[in-house]
Amino acid sequence: MIITHALTKWFNGFAAVDAFSLHVRAGEVVVLLGPNGAGKTTTVRMLSAVLKPTSGRATVVGFDTVHDARAVRQHVGVLTEMPGLYLRMTPLPYLDFFGQLWGLSPRQRAERSELLLRRFDLWEVRNQRLAEYSKGMKQKLAIIRTMLHDPPVLLLDEPTSAMDPHSAKLVRDAIISLRNDRRAIVVCTHNLAEAELLADHIAIIRRGRLVSLGTPIELKAQMLGPPLMEVRLVGSVDGLSPRVADIVDVEAQGKDWLRYRTGEPETVNPRLLRRLAALGRQVVTLGQVPRTLEDVYLRVMEEPS
Amino acid sequence: MRHRLQEWRAHLAMALIVTRRDVRDSLRDWRILAPIIILTLFFPVLMSVTARLAINWLASYGAPIIGTRMIPFLLLIVGFFPISFSLVIALETFVGERERRSLEPLLATPLSDGQLYLGKTLAATVVPLMASYLGITIYVIGLYATIRYFPPGPLLIQIFLLTTVEALVMVSGAVVVSSQTTSVRAANLLASFIIVPMALLVQVQAAIMFWARYNVLWWIVAALLVADLILIRMGVRIFNREELLGREIDQINLRRIGRQFWRFLLQSPGAALQPPMKGSLRAGVVRWYRRDIPALLVRQRLSIGMVLVLMIASLALGWFYAPRYPLPSQILDFGNLSRESFESVGMLGFLPSFSPWSILFFNLRSLVLGSLLAVFSLGVMSFLPIMSTMGIVGFLARQIASAGHNPWIFLAAFILPHGWLELPAVILVTAFALRLGASVIAPPEGLTVSDSLLLALADFIKVFLLVAIPMLIAAAFLEVYLTPQVVLWVFGRG
Repeated sequence: MIITHALTKWFNGFAAVDAFSLHVRAGEVVVLLGPNGAGKTTTVRMLSAVLKPTSGRATVVGFDTVHDARAVRQHVGVLTEMPGLYLRMTPLPYLDFFGQLWGLSPRQRAERSELLLRRFDLWEVRNQRLAEYSKGMKQKLAIIRTMLHDPPVLLLDEPTSAMDPHSAKLVRDAIISLRNDRRAIVVCTHNLAEAELLADHIAIIRRGRLVSLGTPIELKAQMLGPPLMEVRLVGSVDGLSPRVADIVDVEAQGKDWLRYRTGEPETVNPRLLRRLAALGRQVVTLGQVPRTLEDVYLRVMEEPS
Repeated sequence: MRHRLQEWRAHLAMALIVTRRDVRDSLRDWRILAPIIILTLFFPVLMSVTARLAINWLASYGAPIIGTRMIPFLLLIVGFFPISFSLVIALETFVGERERRSLEPLLATPLSDGQLYLGKTLAATVVPLMASYLGITIYVIGLYATIRYFPPGPLLIQIFLLTTVEALVMVSGAVVVSSQTTSVRAANLLASFIIVPMALLVQVQAAIMFWARYNVLWWIVAALLVADLILIRMGVRIFNREELLGREIDQINLRRIGRQFWRFLLQSPGAALQPPMKGSLRAGVVRWYRRDIPALLVRQRLSIGMVLVLMIASLALGWFYAPRYPLPSQILDFGNLSRESFESVGMLGFLPSFSPWSILFFNLRSLVLGSLLAVFSLGVMSFLPIMSTMGIVGFLARQIASAGHNPWIFLAAFILPHGWLELPAVILVTAFALRLGASVIAPPEGLTVSDSLLLALADFIKVFLLVAIPMLIAAAFLEVYLTPQVVLWVFGRG
């Protein structure tokens, strides 16, 4: 659905996006992570054929973003960083205006508008001017505008910013539902928990360059090493480390627990359990120490460029 | 043909979607609506009453002509006041939307840059223009009702046309201003570059109307139409997604400007459109002469051609007008020519003294002034030095011919010995000055307006320093030491 090859954009002598290559398939959510100014928004603007790349190329739904820019914009729904609504309007005429620009018939415009306004809990406030909407409501309407023409590709820049938890969940559910409908979705966000919830793949961008790409699990393994396991026992673990040293390298230990890393937990963990049983030690729990995407992100950002 | 028409209709239909929304939005804003209603409905009535009172009052002092001449002027004012709002609406609709970030969702739709530009331009023009036409109509009806006066048809057409082209100038100027700013505040500051010249123009029109030289108004309509075309061309070129989203803050970055200019100066032509290369830039005089200058001349062949055509046209114009202003015969008597005759040329005051450096300085000054004028007139005034010089040459050639001499021999003796170097230098400088001035109208793909100007300036400087100045130095020496010898040999008696 989205293929970019060495996509590059220069602004005033510096590279906002530098040789960015990415592949997003139908039914996949790719989250772009990166600090402010990393080039996420510029990437989205190039993918939506709003900006032309300085070099490299991108195709969206088979259309080249430079040569078939209009076709690309017809097939893409873009949620911009700011909602950018016309505040003197009410939602129905507002959506009708954008529906016209996307070439929808009056009936399609009316039906889609009603469907989406109901889905995002805005139907009841359809007669209010947009100026009277809260920040979250404005953001929801901007998302509705993005989905109005039912595009196969969605590019969402900070979709849940300024939303209350309930609204944010509504939006996340909508994104998951769209993914299940085989849409290709790119999400830019700073919300790492949300990224972990939504992403099939995560692309971490720094200073315009793609520095890491993979599933959340792959990224964790790549950036934080093999999973860290913790075994908790009944009684003290003093003097236990040398007796299991041929199976695991103990990295840390407490009063009643040991921590070790293993890339092959399916073989190492049963062996360790057998050894502990043989030593007459009773195991309370054995599990992986949780590692967050935040750890991965911070590790990537700390690395020298 | 039919296909093209359908395509054009579809194009217009998309633009009109934007127009309709923007017009509705303007009509919802009481800050725009209230003054327009006042200026459309009440002001014309007030003006027709004022016209009647003024006529009666001036007639009582035996000066009815002043009152009569005032009526068309008030017609102009009644039309102008509502269209002044087109500037406000245009700034609001272009830069206001950009500031509120509501433009970006529009940019992500299938609308083309041209459709967006057309739609918004129409939206900014339609409401004030309709208000203006309505105001003029109410004023004319009021005049007829109060003093039984109906303006002549041609004058009414002139006023309607003037109002229309003035509104377009303001809107298209506002688009240009809007594309260079990111806030309504900055745009309002820059808008004085539009409103002040327009106010001055209205004063000029007022003077023309009191003077009753109504034919001159046609020339003003034509000039404004040209300004419209230039500004619209410029607007279409610079009102695009790249330019709109590439500018985040209105800040002059002198270091960046200097770095960019240096890059354009050192890089070969064409490299400017590529992304900057890492590492140092190297350039040499040999490369400039062998590769860059020929490439630049080839790129500027159109403007060089335009200068040549205008040069010939000026020559012909001078030739054509010469019989109307015949010179005294003693001036054309070459029998008494001597070396001293050339040296006394400097005493005329407006010409330089007859030395190579004075001539060179004079030529350089004219060319630099012409180039500066080019920058401020979007290239139009770059032709001034060469056109006036060639006009004088044509004029003199015809005078010589009238006095019984062969004009070709005159040109060969007086111009050719140094002109073979001087004229090409002047043509080149004029062509590159034209490009310098016009560079902001249509920046090349991938360059901003300021980068386009910097690139044109870098190219201008290369040609000016490396080609024009050496040629002008050589020409100045030839003019002082060779041309008089040739003239005396051809026309002199000893």
